Amino acid sequence: MTQLEELVRQSEVKPATPPPPPSDDEIEDIPLYAARRKIYPQSVHGTFRRIKWVVLLITLGVYYFLPFVRWDRGPDAPSQAVLIDFPNRRFYFFFIELWPQEIYYLTGLLVLAAIGLFLMNALAGRVWCGYLCPQTVWTDLYMAIERFTEGDRREHMKRESAKWTAETYARKAAKHFLWLMVAWWTGGAWVLYFADAPTLVKELATGEAPLVAYAWIGILTFTTYSLAGHLREQVCLYMCPWPRIQAALTDEYALNVTYRYDRGEPRTSVKKAEQLKAQGQHVGDCVDCLQCVHVCPTGIDIRQGSQLGCIQCGLCIDACNNIMAKLGRPRDLIAYDTDLNIKARQEGRAPSYKLIRPRTMLYAAIIAIAGGVMLYTLATRGSEGISVIHDRNPMYVRLSDGALRNGYIIRIVNKQLKSRDFIVSVDGLPSSLVDFVGLPPRADGRQLVSVGPDQTKEVRVLVTDYSNTAPAASTTVLFSLIDADTGAVAQVRDHFFGPERK
Amino acid sequence: MAEEHKHIDTLTGTATTGHEWDGLRELNTPLPRWWLWLFYLTIVWAIGYWIVYPAWPLIHNSTQGLFGYHSRNAVVEDLKELHAQRGPMMAKLASASTAEILADPQLLDFARAQGRVAFADNCAPCHGAGGGGAKGYPNLNDDDWLWGGKITDIEQTIRFGARSGNDKGRQGNMPPFAGVLKPAEVSNVADYVRSLSGLPTEPGADLAAGKKLFADNCAVCHGENAKGNRELGSANLTDKIWLYGSDKATIVEGIEKGHGGVMPTWEGRLSEPVIKSLAVYVYSFGGGEK
Repeated sequence: MTQLEELVRQSEVKPATPPPPPSDDEIEDIPLYAARRKIYPQSVHGTFRRIKWVVLLITLGVYYFLPFVRWDRGPDAPSQAVLIDFPNRRFYFFFIELWPQEIYYLTGLLVLAAIGLFLMNALAGRVWCGYLCPQTVWTDLYMAIERFTEGDRREHMKRESAKWTAETYARKAAKHFLWLMVAWWTGGAWVLYFADAPTLVKELATGEAPLVAYAWIGILTFTTYSLAGHLREQVCLYMCPWPRIQAALTDEYALNVTYRYDRGEPRTSVKKAEQLKAQGQHVGDCVDCLQCVHVCPTGIDIRQGSQLGCIQCGLCIDACNNIMAKLGRPRDLIAYDTDLNIKARQEGRAPSYKLIRPRTMLYAAIIAIAGGVMLYTLATRGSEGISVIHDRNPMYVRLSDGALRNGYIIRIVNKQLKSRDFIVSVDGLPSSLVDFVGLPPRADGRQLVSVGPDQTKEVRVLVTDYSNTAPAASTTVLFSLIDADTGAVAQVRDHFFGPERK
Repeated sequence: MAEEHKHIDTLTGTATTGHEWDGLRELNTPLPRWWLWLFYLTIVWAIGYWIVYPAWPLIHNSTQGLFGYHSRNAVVEDLKELHAQRGPMMAKLASASTAEILADPQLLDFARAQGRVAFADNCAPCHGAGGGGAKGYPNLNDDDWLWGGKITDIEQTIRFGARSGNDKGRQGNMPPFAGVLKPAEVSNVADYVRSLSGLPTEPGADLAAGKKLFADNCAVCHGENAKGNRELGSANLTDKIWLYGSDKATIVEGIEKGHGGVMPTWEGRLSEPVIKSLAVYVYSFGGGEK
């Protein structure tokens, strides 16, 4: 009998309330380190298991195959749908192309991700942990491989406790081989997001890929193999900050995977229940079969109530429902529920489910606003830009006829995937001449500058003030960039400096 | 370490160091094993380092190490790589004329980028970081060029300098007139020169005498109309740009003591592509002359 089963057996005699927290004396006895207790999760069938399989297929499918999706952008840009192009400092996501200075969209995404996590938490607790977290998804896959090679819980435990035979070793070797293959593929898919996938695959196969690609594959192979294969629930218990933050953010209305102890206690075996019922005594629906514990990927007993180790994947619900169906008892002894509802039922009141509360509405509103702002700015952002740097030395130049001249370097940005002609003009001085160094002068001071596809161009601009009025120390000037074809405009202000007024 | 200090703390079961302050003892807690092994590992690592890298100083040299690594060689390697990378563009710069560089946008960008660095290294001490100049050192951003502002003129001045001792350099200087003109005459000439560009003159100045003295002494170099002569590098005295200053005292001093600022010759000191890059960079400050 394992330590856990011993614990469960002891809890059999407890009344229909969650176990009390340990007293202070007990806490002092808890050792600083504890050896990991190996968990042999048992396979299970049911609604939540199916949901988890579907989520696993979708998320891993997207992760492994997305780099191979093609997206035609014409001859001057890569044809990969999702590409983080570090050498050229571009990020491509289907029809969106981001430049490094637009990194703030990442901030927006992070805000959305955080608030989305909070909303999930307010609605149904650790949905992220149970279904979506990469640690959960990969661990799930690794456990499936483990059951495939070493057998399900009983077979696995039995073989491990018996004298190890050649078959045991062979099965273990197969498991680790498959684990490593998955880990290696995980690292391989990662690097494909940073270069043209088909080309890189070819280079990787022929040994011509850059060293950094092999290094990253190695790193991710190692992390995947160790985190999903060996550390598993230790990551959730000791490494991940989210369970601790989650506990502080949650409230009593959030739906959690809950053992309905109002219905389950006192837990009694089927045989004994018959006898007790015959005597007219009350018995609970829980038959203490421990199926909920055996299927749990983190090895906890959900009947002890909401706890840190519970990632709320719902597999114990499936396990319990299967047993209840066999016994002909009602389903959902374990279900998504709240402690408030348990108390309500105990007191004879009707349970209530409040998904719409100020908290969830606030989160939803923040998501809507942040998402809306991002969508709006993304949809209306200009595909052209201009920035100006005024000469630092000299700040101004006196010409031989006494006129004042300022020098600027302007950088014109063309974010479109085609070559464009821009008209550049400088306004704000009463009488001025604008000269573009290296480009033929034009009488109206407006200059046509051609910028290549997805490129920037630097031009030196000289602005000369011919007004004979004493120049101010600083005058605001406006640089305008106008697309010669479409008339799209980008503007930026700078200054025209003169000597300090005496 | 001594045995007599081996006092075992009852609460932790750990030995103490034997130090005691007012009854407080210092625990001699053993190091964590992982820490100790890491420490030993660093010692092994250090020994390996001595062997494979240059480490021990000897009288004339140092131990060379098995890898043959030297940071100086690493720099040389890096520079070699850099030169190889820049090679094609540098070759193009060397063979192209400055006019051709100005006409080729790609070459122009490369030349200006290189010119910016070369200017900061070689020219900025006198001409300022952005070519703004200083007293006696011309502002390269304006439209007044002592020796000409065409790209070929600028290249010539950079290559051979002015009053630099190079035979091909710009020649001609402003001689001192202290023994030639009397102080009153110098004063009159100075006032006349100021009047040429519309600056106020001192009351009582004899501008007619000054004009006569100018024609006799100065016009040889500065020209009848005082607009200067680029063959000799003589300044245009009628414009608003003054290399040394426009106040009368400065002009008087200039006439009495003369001027002869030196622009060094850069031929042989800078490579051909760098000299051309500098010419193009300086030309782009204010657009030069066509």
